[in-house]
Amino acid sequence: MSSEQEAESIRCLVAKVGLDGHDRGAHVIARAFRDAGFEVIYSGLHKAPEEIVQAAVQEDVDVLGISILSGAHDTLLPKIMDGLEEYGAKEDTLVLAGGVIPEEDREGLKEDGVAAIFGPGTSIEETIEFVRENAPQR
Amino acid sequence: MTMDADDESLLEALLAGEHRALARIISKIENRSPGYRDLVSALYAHTGDADVIGITGSPGAGKSTLVDKLAEAYRDRGETVGIIAIDPSSPFSGGAVLGDRIRMASAVGDMDVFVRSMSARGTLGGLSTATADAVKAMDAFGKDKIIIETVGAGQNEIDIVRTADTVAVLVPPGSGDDIQTLKAGILEIADVFVVNKADRDGAARTVQELREMVHLGEESGLAGGSGGHHGADVMSGGDAAVDETDDEDEGWSPPIVETVATKGTGVETFIDELAAHRAYLVDSGTLAEKVRQRHAEEIRTLLREDVHSLLEDELADSGGIDGLAEAVRLGETDPYSIASDVLAPVEACIENLETETRADGSSRE
Repeated sequence: MSSEQEAESIRCLVAKVGLDGHDRGAHVIARAFRDAGFEVIYSGLHKAPEEIVQAAVQEDVDVLGISILSGAHDTLLPKIMDGLEEYGAKEDTLVLAGGVIPEEDREGLKEDGVAAIFGPGTSIEETIEFVRENAPQR
Repeated sequence: MTMDADDESLLEALLAGEHRALARIISKIENRSPGYRDLVSALYAHTGDADVIGITGSPGAGKSTLVDKLAEAYRDRGETVGIIAIDPSSPFSGGAVLGDRIRMASAVGDMDVFVRSMSARGTLGGLSTATADAVKAMDAFGKDKIIIETVGAGQNEIDIVRTADTVAVLVPPGSGDDIQTLKAGILEIADVFVVNKADRDGAARTVQELREMVHLGEESGLAGGSGGHHGADVMSGGDAAVDETDDEDEGWSPPIVETVATKGTGVETFIDELAAHRAYLVDSGTLAEKVRQRHAEEIRTLLREDVHSLLEDELADSGGIDGLAEAVRLGETDPYSIASDVLAPVEACIENLETETRADGSSRE
């Protein structure tokens, strides 16, 4: 075939994990990603780490953005990373965290495989730019 | 057809039941990645065992919630389930928010319910072009039931007929008066009607109107309403000989099921009706006919895609579509002349081929 039409689109899962009912930020991000031309799957509220892993694997997302404002990031994010690894999805999924995550916790999370952490005040443009540049090439 | 080594091992992993391989292959199909055709072509040998059920209806009718309950009930019976949920894509950015998954809470923690959200990627008709191929992937993976949930449909999103064995149309109470049931389109394609949100005002009336519509269709003996043989009507219009033998006594008359999906009410009855339709398809021989027509349609679609990309190349050779469109705008020419100019070399080429083969044939004789 001379030109099979490729129609690749960046797929993102925007996820809320644990006991944390604040989803305005996640909605804003989901909408902004949509307008940037991404395909966004939104997890809904109060998801367990294994639910998020299941969704990330089945949906084969390029990007997993986790919004967390409950302070439980040190417990929940490593569980998600381990789950992804179990399915062989950790290497080529770009994992981002957003929300209230103190500076001193960030290094540890990055060692676990979180690619970037976007705290309060990050501009939407910055986040979209980061995704565009770093979304895994498969 | 030959596959590269990566695709080969991906296919093996899918057949071995690895979820990530299934997910990855569906992505390749969606993205039209290089080599996806060879992959799908290799999948074919492993397909044909799954029941494919289509769920359609207007936005907010309760499709996702009903699909969730359906999946739960099938799982209770020990069957594995694949779900493809399609949502619209933005006509402006191409982006999409795929929200069907949120309603599918029963699937959580159970990898044997494989939910895949898809964006329509600009196609109308309620399905994405990749849907049929993604169904093949799930079928080859070994799913017993594959449920396709369409984009929230209007009156004419009927592509689901071409992909699903059994189509359920959700009609929420208060969907308009009895004139709406006379109209062509989505109500014609139902094998099963579901009046969801049956605990709401107006449900009884909606059931009544649908019932009258189904009876009207039976009395007149015409296709409208008695959706049993829509496969033949919609897909090719061509030889419906098999269908004509089964009208009166054996024909399928779509039942009307009342459900309250949020509470799970009526789901068992719904499942029974789906099974009954499946049995009808098999017993009447309609299934074989449907499958044959589906493959015919697939062949047509593939050929259309190929010819389409040939034409795109031809367009590029003639200076690109933008230049041609500008020429029309400036009044230098018109779209009809351009179309025949662009097609001329292709036609000439085909004619040459034909004369060559004819010459070959006669020389051999």
